[in-house]
Amino acid sequence: MRREIPTAIAFFVGIICIIQFFIPHRPFGTLVDVFSDWFGIVAAFAIWLGALNLLKVSLERSFSKKKTHDRWYGLVVAASFFLIFIIGMFMSGGDQFQVPGSRFDYLYVNIYTPLSSTMFALLAFFVASASYRAFRARSWEATLLLIAAFFVMLGRAPIGDQLTGFMPEGYRLSEVANWIMTYPQVAGQRAIMIGIALGVASASLRLILGLERSYLGGE
Amino acid sequence: MAENPTEMKTGLFDRLMRIDRRVIFVFISVALIVPLFFNVSQRIQVSPEVQMLNDAMSKVPDGALVLYAMDYDPPSAPELQPMAVAAFKVALAKKFKMVIIGLWPQGPQQANMAFETATHDPLFKDVKLTYGVDYVNLGFQSGNEAVIQKMGSDIPTTFPRDYAGTPVDQLPLMKGIKNLGNFDFMVNISAGYPGTREWVQFGADRFGLKMVSGSTAVQTTEMSPYVGKQLLGLMGGMRGAAEFEQVSGYPGRAIKFMVGQSVAHVIVIVFIVIGNIAYFATRKKRGA
Repeated sequence: MRREIPTAIAFFVGIICIIQFFIPHRPFGTLVDVFSDWFGIVAAFAIWLGALNLLKVSLERSFSKKKTHDRWYGLVVAASFFLIFIIGMFMSGGDQFQVPGSRFDYLYVNIYTPLSSTMFALLAFFVASASYRAFRARSWEATLLLIAAFFVMLGRAPIGDQLTGFMPEGYRLSEVANWIMTYPQVAGQRAIMIGIALGVASASLRLILGLERSYLGGE
Repeated sequence: MAENPTEMKTGLFDRLMRIDRRVIFVFISVALIVPLFFNVSQRIQVSPEVQMLNDAMSKVPDGALVLYAMDYDPPSAPELQPMAVAAFKVALAKKFKMVIIGLWPQGPQQANMAFETATHDPLFKDVKLTYGVDYVNLGFQSGNEAVIQKMGSDIPTTFPRDYAGTPVDQLPLMKGIKNLGNFDFMVNISAGYPGTREWVQFGADRFGLKMVSGSTAVQTTEMSPYVGKQLLGLMGGMRGAAEFEQVSGYPGRAIKFMVGQSVAHVIVIVFIVIGNIAYFATRKKRGA
């Protein structure tokens, strides 16, 4: 029964959701609204589960017998978790914890925002270094990629037009970059999207019909 | 005895093939930091997607009801916050009635920050807005695309309270708003999942929502197939934000940051060229 009941639920919910897309009236529309509520509740619990799991892993790492640098990182994660949790839950005016001026908002604006922006900004450095190493004309395909990257990188920055401002309209770098992005790129993306959509439809049907049960765990 | 010139050249190219990444980091740092201290402006060519976006927003009547979905967090803020600020400035100029939501937990707070920046612009010092009447922030709701689906049928039950805990039936602006069909227009600022793709699939396609989007540069390629029908315009990355600032007439941080981006792109290209010259010069030696 541990496998049959979840499979039956997946079948019932999946079929109702598909029907509702074509017949959005009672009872299908109402049922899907109820399912959406349940999905929201499950998703909210999933956020908690994820947060608690992160805390568990971090604390285990912090107090493990192995003396690695990771234990300090784990300790920082756990301490930050408790700090933001306690301040957000009990010291920021209850429901109004996100209101500008609250203690939670202060931490968000002055600590979380600059820290996470800094982490993301590091990407610029790694992308530059990776581009230097990866963009080599090793093959015909790599050369094509290299040429496209050259036009798009220069064309998507104002300097591209400054360098080619003397060229006739339609041949400047920004226009070449726009052409690459609008035609070859979109054509490739559409092909990928159609492929993904067919794959998702097939995987969803397998789930609804109970042919795919790996999400239930076990063998 | 003097070294063989061919060997010396090969040695140089070998070194150029393996430039330490810290050297590249130093060049990129200088390229990004130095322009911040100079007030250099560059002419920015507006792309067709951003022009379409601006045209679409211009056609929305003054005082229209507009949904602002802010689906991003601080890591993407350098690219997306200028878009949000410019989009709010357009809203202030056109006296839109704004309903702000987020499918990302940090979205509503990012919206608050962008809204505050927009309202502090001296251009709008005479604009007086009342919370609950002219704009509301309904906060975050978990559930990703299921939230959009639910908003299609019933917004008050999807967002029973605003971000400050006020029941929506006490907010005058929310009276008469039943579902997505009540909105005249929508602006989505998106950094990934859930974001523009889900709004297109579950909002624009299904409920006929007229929408425009601002996406991170890496996500833009995935969104561009939707431009034209499902999306009435698209801003991609910081360049898109700068184009929108320029075309909408509200210059901001994105235009300023484009100088650094230009220099950084040139440096990356110079390193790529150096790498390729060295690659071809040493190919024979490697037996390729």
